[in-house]
Amino acid sequence: MNNNEIFEPTIIGFTCNWCSYRAADLAGTARIKYPPNIRLIRLMCSGRLDPTFVFKALASGADGVMITGCHPGECHYLEQNYKALRRFHLIRRTLKGFGVEPGRVKLVWASAAEGAKFASETAVFIEEIRALGPLHWGKSNGYTPFGGKPPEFEPAPESPEEVPA
Amino acid sequence: MTAPNGKKPKFAMYWAASCGGCEIAVLNIHEKILDVDANFEVVFWPVAMDAKYKDVEAMEDGSILLTLFNGGIRNDENEHIARLLRRKSQILVAFGSCACEGCIPGLANFSPAGEIVHTAFNTVSTDNPHQIYPRTSFDVPEGEITIPKIYPTLRTLDQVVDVDYYMPGCPPESHQIAAVIDLVIQVLQGKAELPPKGATIGAGDSTVCDECTRKRNVKTIKSFHRIYDLDIDPELCLLEQGIPCNGPATRSGCNARCVSAGAQCIGCYGPAEGVVDYGARLIAAFASVIDSNDPEEIEAILDGIPDPAGQFYRFNLAGSLLKAAKPAWEKA
Repeated sequence: MNNNEIFEPTIIGFTCNWCSYRAADLAGTARIKYPPNIRLIRLMCSGRLDPTFVFKALASGADGVMITGCHPGECHYLEQNYKALRRFHLIRRTLKGFGVEPGRVKLVWASAAEGAKFASETAVFIEEIRALGPLHWGKSNGYTPFGGKPPEFEPAPESPEEVPA
Repeated sequence: MTAPNGKKPKFAMYWAASCGGCEIAVLNIHEKILDVDANFEVVFWPVAMDAKYKDVEAMEDGSILLTLFNGGIRNDENEHIARLLRRKSQILVAFGSCACEGCIPGLANFSPAGEIVHTAFNTVSTDNPHQIYPRTSFDVPEGEITIPKIYPTLRTLDQVVDVDYYMPGCPPESHQIAAVIDLVIQVLQGKAELPPKGATIGAGDSTVCDECTRKRNVKTIKSFHRIYDLDIDPELCLLEQGIPCNGPATRSGCNARCVSAGAQCIGCYGPAEGVVDYGARLIAAFASVIDSNDPEEIEAILDGIPDPAGQFYRFNLAGSLLKAAKPAWEKA
């Protein structure tokens, strides 16, 4: 990436059918502007969010993941958004062990009436990820360690001393 | 699956980045090992017999019927032999957790390779006052001598070559190995058919919980504990008692040995059928049973799992969706 170019992050957003997707829909019909960096995937409920989705998004090149759902106490399926909440906390802790900034995963509650909140939270998150920089999982300097033949690789600095005879 | 001109079919076993436990597990099938000898000609098995790589290189392609390959691909020697044995073998089995999913050697994918070498050669536990590191090649009067080059990350066998079957376990249980050997012999005699390519053999298709005999109720967890912190109820599900037990995501096939003995499942049989990412499945399972809806209290409960990445990816890091931690691939 050219240093002069502005980094445009790729964000995967998971929305629930009953609240946050409708909030996004409302943001659209109300013509509220927010940056186009987020790709939304609609689930029936935030409780459907398998942590696998988050890891797959990051492993496939996403720079951040936004999980959204109904406000606590307002879940269409009674309490599944609490499961999403607990998974979100555990996902962030696990990602820390992988050397990933926990801020790359965000949880937002948005009711069907909160189109403006959805748009503003999305815009804020995109700027947060822009500040963190690209993730580009498994790729550095155009090199992919997980596919193809790894390059010649010297494991450690050469010894400063001659090897004794 | 016939042996040409009446000769016994050829058998090979190799260890790449592994501990040698898989070889012991094969020998642990007791007198069944005689069946192996009666039905196969062992052509290459570094731990059990003397053979040179050049002998294998000289063999005809596809001339080995069955190769059990254990260990992950950590250096260029591992990769060379993996590609060589793939070419020479009709059936290549990823044998044991290391070859299937990385296992304990795969945990090194949390650290950059240079750091691993540094830890091994130049930390307090090593007496190395001159900071001498191994060189991968060195000139001596007789010529150049080399040692294998370490790769940035450990890869599983199927990330390097095409694999026919997977046999999980750390190590695979001896009764399962015996059953697989029986099956192969029956196939040789025309009495049975091989499972479809890509199948997991020598294991169940359910979870450890399915084999576990402990009593299960609706789970609600207020705190996680280490196993030595509690008086464990011998009858009750360990996860219910707050012990982080990896049974819910782990493939069955071990007869739930650890849990029967009072220790939590650590997940050595790898992901259960249909599980894409082992750790993610466990995150889903653990988070679902935490008995709190308050973010602060949830954080406090999760403090009981001090190393979630290690807990959830102990055996499966190299085979997971993320495959390695950021520091490991970033500095490559």
